[in-house]
Amino acid sequence: MASTESKGRTQAHDLARLEAGLDALESPQRRRTPARDVLLRKVLPPLLAVALVLAGWQLLVWLRVTSDYKLPPPSATWDSFRQLWLRGELLDVIWTSVSRGLSGFLLALAIGTPLGLVVARVWFVRAAIRPILAGLQSLPSVAWVPAAVLWLGLNDSMMYAVILLGAVPSIANGLIAGIEQIPPLYFRAGQTIGATGLRSMRHIVLPAALPSYVAGLKQGWAFSWRSLMAAEIIASSPDLGLGLGQLLENGRNNADMPGVFLGIMLILVVGIAIDLLVFSPVERHILRGRGLLIDAGPRS
Amino acid sequence: MAATALAKTVPLAYQARITHVSKSYGRQLVLDDINLQVEPGQFVTLLGASGCGKSTLLNLVAGLDRPTAGSIETPHGRPALMFQEHALFPWLTAGKNIELVLRLGGWDRAARRQEAERLLDLVRLKGAYGKRVHELSGGMRQRVALARALAQDCRLLLMDEPFAALDAITRDVLHEELTRIWQQTGISILFVTHNVREAIRLAQRVVLLSSRPGRVVREWQVDIPQPRRIEDPGVAGLSTEITEVLRDEIRRHGQH
Repeated sequence: MASTESKGRTQAHDLARLEAGLDALESPQRRRTPARDVLLRKVLPPLLAVALVLAGWQLLVWLRVTSDYKLPPPSATWDSFRQLWLRGELLDVIWTSVSRGLSGFLLALAIGTPLGLVVARVWFVRAAIRPILAGLQSLPSVAWVPAAVLWLGLNDSMMYAVILLGAVPSIANGLIAGIEQIPPLYFRAGQTIGATGLRSMRHIVLPAALPSYVAGLKQGWAFSWRSLMAAEIIASSPDLGLGLGQLLENGRNNADMPGVFLGIMLILVVGIAIDLLVFSPVERHILRGRGLLIDAGPRS
Repeated sequence: MAATALAKTVPLAYQARITHVSKSYGRQLVLDDINLQVEPGQFVTLLGASGCGKSTLLNLVAGLDRPTAGSIETPHGRPALMFQEHALFPWLTAGKNIELVLRLGGWDRAARRQEAERLLDLVRLKGAYGKRVHELSGGMRQRVALARALAQDCRLLLMDEPFAALDAITRDVLHEELTRIWQQTGISILFVTHNVREAIRLAQRVVLLSSRPGRVVREWQVDIPQPRRIEDPGVAGLSTEITEVLRDEIRRHGQH
């Protein structure tokens, strides 16, 4: 009897070790990329691209392909930048636009999210407005500017209206697509563990749709920023303060090409910076946690 | 038929009772007059070829769907269900996947953590608490799924071909693991498979279903003592017999 018992124990022990061996062999290996590699693969290539563009620009100026008036050298644009900075206006101008863009975006978030949820979960609403929402995404938001000016006048609410019309469909569509792509297995699994109704929404639907939702937010931000710039360029009024769009428009009015170049670059840089500092880290964090992120780099 | 006698003396002494259950989708009859009873602590496998409605039957027992006719009783509450795919939520860690079940079951926070650790230990995955699903191997995922199913604290576990997608070595190990956990916890298991040897390796009773519509063809008691192995001569012998009956059933569909 004692011997069978000890035999059973040895068997159990063997099984545990066998299992531990299998687990060790079959678990996916994780490798950390060293900091030097990150620098080499992620930071260097874009810097090189920027340097190439600048070099090409300078080359075109040297070759005198067109007049200085149409193509100012990089140094002239840099001078405009420095003057703006020395006048102490640079940060104010950027902040005017960024604060408008971000608060418009947050408002779009607050409207787009419940809208997306309702469209995704209520079949009648979905049938009624899903095609319209998808269509609105292909309508350039600048098309709304004249109407918004006539309805609301030249003020901040006009700007917000244009941002909302650009960003809300993106955010709602991201969430709808995310919910539509949830594998039915998750719903069945949720149902067996007692996640139904609102609990299913909270514990299954929203987390499962998150990656697509965040992609929608990212696109929503890009649309907010574009719409805002369009609105700022078209609708200028002293009441609206000086934003990046107006800076660009002023450059055109004064035939100040370096100023126009500077305006374009600032709009681009701010757009990229917000994406890199806010949205990309959030998106990467979510995707990495789910094992959905494949690190870019040379494939062997 | 000792089981029926037991059921008569102790009322409700079953974990699931399926009485004259039929299920059709539109005009197509999928299950036809199924009668089956799972006793406390019993391990039953449902065996059948494609189209025998074994997964449909499991869904009915799990309460995910309703039978067209007949009744299904699970007196000790909603059974746990395990799928062929692990069905773990990729946005949660292994431990949090288990804790979600406990949370929905009304456990408080501190007790949840402790219970999740205990269940992971039971499936021999101590230390996997903080691991994400994609960081686990296929076998480990199915063990976390098993732990999650056990977290429902029910007396009946339904398993829908849970090891079908695993490699042979891992499947073997999980058979041993499941046998051990079944003996240790004393729960009843209703296990669906199309693999004859797997059915015999695990179960006390093997129930063979026919295809289109699914009917109970025959039932075998497996008296080979546990722990069995899939290559035991007893398993192989019974497997030859059952496979023959199964093939006869499948042949019937080729004659038109």
